[in-house]
Parts: sequence; C-alpha cells; structure tokens
Amino acid sequence: MNKFVFLIPLIPLIGFLINGLGRSVISKSFAGILGCGTVLVSFILSIILFLNVRNGHTGVEYLYNFISFESLHIPFAFQVDQLSVIFLLIITGVGFLIHIYSTAYMHGENPAAYARYFAYLNLFVFSMLLLVLGANYVIMFLGWEGVGLCSYLLIGYWFRNTEYNNAAKKAFVMNRIGDFGFLLAVFWMIRVFGTTDYVDVFAKASSAPVNVTVLTGITLLLLLGATGKSAQIPLYTWLPDAMAGPTPVSALIHAATMVTAGIYMIARSNILYTLAPTSQAIVAVVGLATAILAATIALKQNDIKKVLAYSTVSQLGYMFLGLGVGAYTASVFHVITHAFFKALLFLGAGSVIHAIPVILGGGQEQDIRTMGGLKKYMPVTHITFLLACLAIAGIPPFSGFFSKDEILISAYSRSPILYWIGLGGSLLTAFYMFRLYAMTFLGRYRGTAEQEHHLHESPPAMTMPLVILAILAVIGGFLGLPEIFAPDSNWLEHFLAPIFAGSEKISPAIPVAHNTEYILLAVTVVLVVICIVWAIGRFRNYSLKELEEKGLGKFLQNKWYVDELYDAIINRPLRAISGFLNSIVERSGIDGIVNGVGRFVNYSSRQLRLIQNGQVGAYILMMVVAVLFFFIIQLFLK
Amino acid sequence: MTINHYIFLSVALFCIGIVGVLTRRNAIVIFMSVELMLNAVNILLVAFSKMHYLAAKIINPATQAGIEGQLFVFFIMVVAAAEVSVGLAIIVMMYRNIHSVDVNFLNRLKH
Repeated sequence: MNKFVFLIPLIPLIGFLINGLGRSVISKSFAGILGCGTVLVSFILSIILFLNVRNGHTGVEYLYNFISFESLHIPFAFQVDQLSVIFLLIITGVGFLIHIYSTAYMHGENPAAYARYFAYLNLFVFSMLLLVLGANYVIMFLGWEGVGLCSYLLIGYWFRNTEYNNAAKKAFVMNRIGDFGFLLAVFWMIRVFGTTDYVDVFAKASSAPVNVTVLTGITLLLLLGATGKSAQIPLYTWLPDAMAGPTPVSALIHAATMVTAGIYMIARSNILYTLAPTSQAIVAVVGLATAILAATIALKQNDIKKVLAYSTVSQLGYMFLGLGVGAYTASVFHVITHAFFKALLFLGAGSVIHAIPVILGGGQEQDIRTMGGLKKYMPVTHITFLLACLAIAGIPPFSGFFSKDEILISAYSRSPILYWIGLGGSLLTAFYMFRLYAMTFLGRYRGTAEQEHHLHESPPAMTMPLVILAILAVIGGFLGLPEIFAPDSNWLEHFLAPIFAGSEKISPAIPVAHNTEYILLAVTVVLVVICIVWAIGRFRNYSLKELEEKGLGKFLQNKWYVDELYDAIINRPLRAISGFLNSIVERSGIDGIVNGVGRFVNYSSRQLRLIQNGQVGAYILMMVVAVLFFFIIQLFLK
Repeated sequence: MTINHYIFLSVALFCIGIVGVLTRRNAIVIFMSVELMLNAVNILLVAFSKMHYLAAKIINPATQAGIEGQLFVFFIMVVAAAEVSVGLAIIVMMYRNIHSVDVNFLNRLKH
C-alpha cells in the first residue's frame, strides 16, 4: 500500500487543475463537490496509510531522481513514517471539514471566484502534503514554497481591496525572509553532508563527528525559516494581518496546518537540534518570548479574528518552547490538539461573522465591541465555541489541558523559570479567550436593532464541522494522557517513539517527581479558573461607553508598536536610500549620462545633416578639400 | 624643356579642371572640365615616361623603361571615351526630363 502514497498529494493537485482551469465553465456545486471530494479521498487514503504505519510498515517511497548533479542526488521520494502520517491525518482531516464549511461560508461568491477559491484551497492541501511527505529537505522546500504561495493567494483572495493585498504581500515577504534562511541551511547541509535525505543527514550528523558550530549554524538558519512560516519573533507580524483572507482560510492555513510547518520541520530535524544545544536553547527562548508577547497583545484586541490570530502566534510559541526543551512529542501533541480547537475557534468566529448582517456601506462586522448576546441566537456556535475556549484555556479534561501541560512540565524539568513564565502566558490565554467569549456571546447585543432582527444560526454545512471539531477538541487530549493519570497510557508518545529515539538517547527526558507534577497541575488549574471567572465577570456586561485605552492598555492595543518599529528601522531607511538612489543617482547620474549621449547624437546629426544639401558641387568641393587636407598632412608627416 | 615645365603645365590644367567642375553649373562644361583633368594626368604620365626612358637609355640603349606610362595613357583614353559616351547619354536623358542641363536642379538625389 505504501507504494500508492503519491496518490495522497496527487488527488488534490488534480482537483486544483480542474477547478483552476475550468473555473469559468463549471458550476458552483461541482466546484464545491470536487474541492471537498479530492480532500476526502486523500483523507481516506491517509487513514489507510496510518493503519499501515501502525502495523510497522514505514520507509521511504522512492519515485524518481529529481536532481542529479555530480555526486549530489536528490530523489523525489516520500517519507512514510509515524510523524508524517500524523500530519497527513491533521491536514486532510481538518482540511476536509474546513472545505465542507467553506461551501456554505463562500456561497455568496460568483461561480468563477468560488471555483478559484477551491482551486487555491486544493493547491494548498497539495503543497502541504508535499511538505510533510517529502523525504528530503529539497522536497520539503518545494511544499514549503507552495504553501507560502497559496497563503499569499488566499489572503489576497478579495483582491479588489488594497488593504488585503498589502496584507498578502506582507505575508509573502515575511515568509520569503524565512525561506532564505531555510535555503541557506539546505545549501550548507549539502556542503557538509553531501545529501539532503533525512535518513542520511541524521545518520551522518549523529555518527560522524561533525563540528558543533556547523550544526548550530544550520539549525539556526532552519530556525529562521521556521520563524517565518510559523510566525515567531521576529517574523510574526504577518500572521495577524493575514486575517484579511476568508475565515475558513484563516482556520486551515493560519491556525491548523501551514503555521505548524515550522514545528514539523524542527520535529523532523530533532536530532540536529539535540546535537546543537545552543540552537535548542534559542528555540525555547524564541518560543517563550513569542508566547508571552502575543498573549499580551491579544488582551487588548477588539477584532474577533485578530484575537484568535495572536492566540495562534502565542500557542505556536508554546510549541516552540516544547521543541526547545526537547519535548518533541509534547509539541506534536499540541499541534494536534491546537489544530482541533483553533480551527474550531476560527470556524466559530466565521459563523459569527456570517450571522451578523453587513451594514450598508460597511464591511463584515468583526468588532467584538459591537457584538454580545449571541448565545441566544446561535446555540450550536455558542456551545462549540465555549468548548474550544475551555480547551485552549487548559481546563481538564479538554484537549488543550493535556498538551499544554505536557509542554510546561517538560519546561519545568529543564528550568523552573521557563515553567513559571509559560504559566503566566497560559493565564493570559485563559483571560483573553474568555474576554472574547464573554464579549461575543454573553450580555446584550450591542449592534443595531435591524441587525439583531436578522441574527441567525449558520446552515448545517457550517455547524456540522463545528460539532465534529468540538468533539475532537474535547476528546483529543486522550491521545496523550500523562503518565501520572494512568501508567503507560500515552499512546502518542509510544507511537512517535521511533522518530525521537535518536534525540532521546542523546539527551533523555528528565522525569519530574509525581508529587511535584500534581502540585503544578493543581496550581495551574486553579489559577486558570480564577482568570476565567475574572474575565467573564469583567466583560459579560461590557458596554460601548467604556473609555479609550490609556498607558499600558494603549501600548498593548497597538501591538507593542512592533509594526511601527519595523517601519522605523527597516522600511524608512530603505525608502530613504531608495529615494536618494532614485532622485540623485538615477535621475541626474545615470539618466544624465544616457540622455546626454542621446542628446549629443541628436544635436550633432542635426548639424551634420545640413551638409547633405543635395548639391553635387558641394560634395565635390568637400572631396577636394578632404583630398587636399590629406595631401598636406602627408607632406608634413614626411 | 625640363620635367618641371611639364609638371607645371599638368598642375595648371588639373586646377583649371577642378575649378571648372566646382564653379560651373552646366553639365556639359563640367564634363569638359573633367576631360581636362584626365588629360592633365595623361600629360604627366607621358612626361615621366619619357624622362625615365631617357635616363635609362644612357646605360642600356635597348631599354624599354617607362613604357608602362605610355600604356597607361592609352588605357585612360579608352576609359575616358567610354565615360564620355555614358556621360553624354545621361546628360541627354537629363535634358529630356527637366529641359535643362543645369546640375543644380538635380539636388534631391531622387526622382
């Protein structure tokens, strides 16, 4: 069966080609069925593959030689193992639900735009599958670029809006900066190891004595790539702006799948990171700093999707923290649970946005200050959203509790400081999520009466995915029950053990005493509950009259002025240099020379033309004068 | 008469020819001036030919030195005759077209 693994990415690609090329002739229902169907087929194949892998059939599926140059051979091959198959299930499974949801969410688009949307979505799924299936860094890079492109296309899906286009460009440029690091890392890898195949690179890195500095360099460059794709400091600013895209896109690309590519890549290269402790420490610090920074910003955002975007950045930070402290399984676990509850949150937000009628002359309503009281009108959305909030806040037994605590406990085993800072971040998470929940669903509706009259629950195509994701978000945590609740119950850890065996051997996990763990868990849960109660109490009867933010609040609302900072230290100097080069060097320097040559030729030919008057006598005179001239020169030269 | 006299005569004829070509507008006169220049060259060729012959005869009475100059003159005469026939034909055509033999009317270098 593993032989047919190439079908998994191929089928969405076919869907993309049909939808993309035939977008102006096919009907909306056909585009929708094709878009969903291809991903469903991939999902079914992924399940079969998963069962196969569980029975121990792992390996590399070689297709053909992609690049062959002297001693360098890069095959087009697929890596079928525990890690890739888990990502396959997330991408196709959550992806399928989001495709279903999109058929209803995008129904207002005209047929061509609708087919274009599904074409992009299928192309994205194809690229993402290529990314996780590739058996070497070059194939991964192909997918890596592909998802970046699709992200750009889908953020700028409504391309008539300049602001959205700018957001798309920002995402693309930020990603390119990261890709640059990734590419350099691949080149360096070829230079040092002579190959990019995972199997060979990891074997050579761990057996032969490779210079630690070189490994640190490679892993740091890979980290730069990961920070771009997974929205970490310093390249995270594109993700909140990426909310310009349609909401299902935010759920699929900017919450569940693409942004976890960086985590997948580091988890895949876990041996390299374990061998380079400096890089690993930097991963942990970057992750923790991002988690806290994004969480503080999320406290003061008023756009329902912006809050979720910063929350995503923050959760990705936790995953990086997990990778940095060597808890690779915990990070992958958090990727899984995060895919469930964050996709659910985004789809719930989409359902809310969908429900509120557009005011004439305005855009879609996304400001939570004018929402409120939606609980009454949208029961399904409300319940599923609440479950997702509980999951992300880390209330047992919802999924987020297990995954986040596994990361935090691992952090504690390395250094308690990491744990306490991380705990602070998770309290902020609980607070802002329930602020969002309370302002959206509790209290009274704060929009116009006309809007209130039209509030409605979303159609089943939208609520069904919500319900399925809610179930997953609730029970997903049981994939990786911690040791302290039931011995040997952590299924995920056993399943992924072969992938992380090498790292485990070099730096084994430090076990935390069970008593300490109990205390830490209890403290976490109590503090989180306090935060939730506080947030609900504070915001359930929010009124529009609340004063404008001042001081720290304003600082947070303006996102720590990071965009302004980047503008000041990168954009402005760049523009100043460009302006100088444009007005001085280009206009008067290069243009002066070029135009000067032209003007000189023009002028001199105008003068010379006067000689060509057509009088034969004049020509002869010139000839005689010239002959005499040469004659005289001849005389003098003698 | 020394060779100088011949050279002066030739140069004088040549200059008259040039001035004639440059100053006159009548095509036939220009033509005649051109002939004058050709003949100035002929005189020079014959004169130098004779000079070389006389110088060589003192050493070798049976010499043929300078014969090329004489030959050249005949060539020039033949070419000039051919040129005259072509040139006169052109002038006739010119007269038929513009009813004049004034070259200044031919300043457009096209039809």
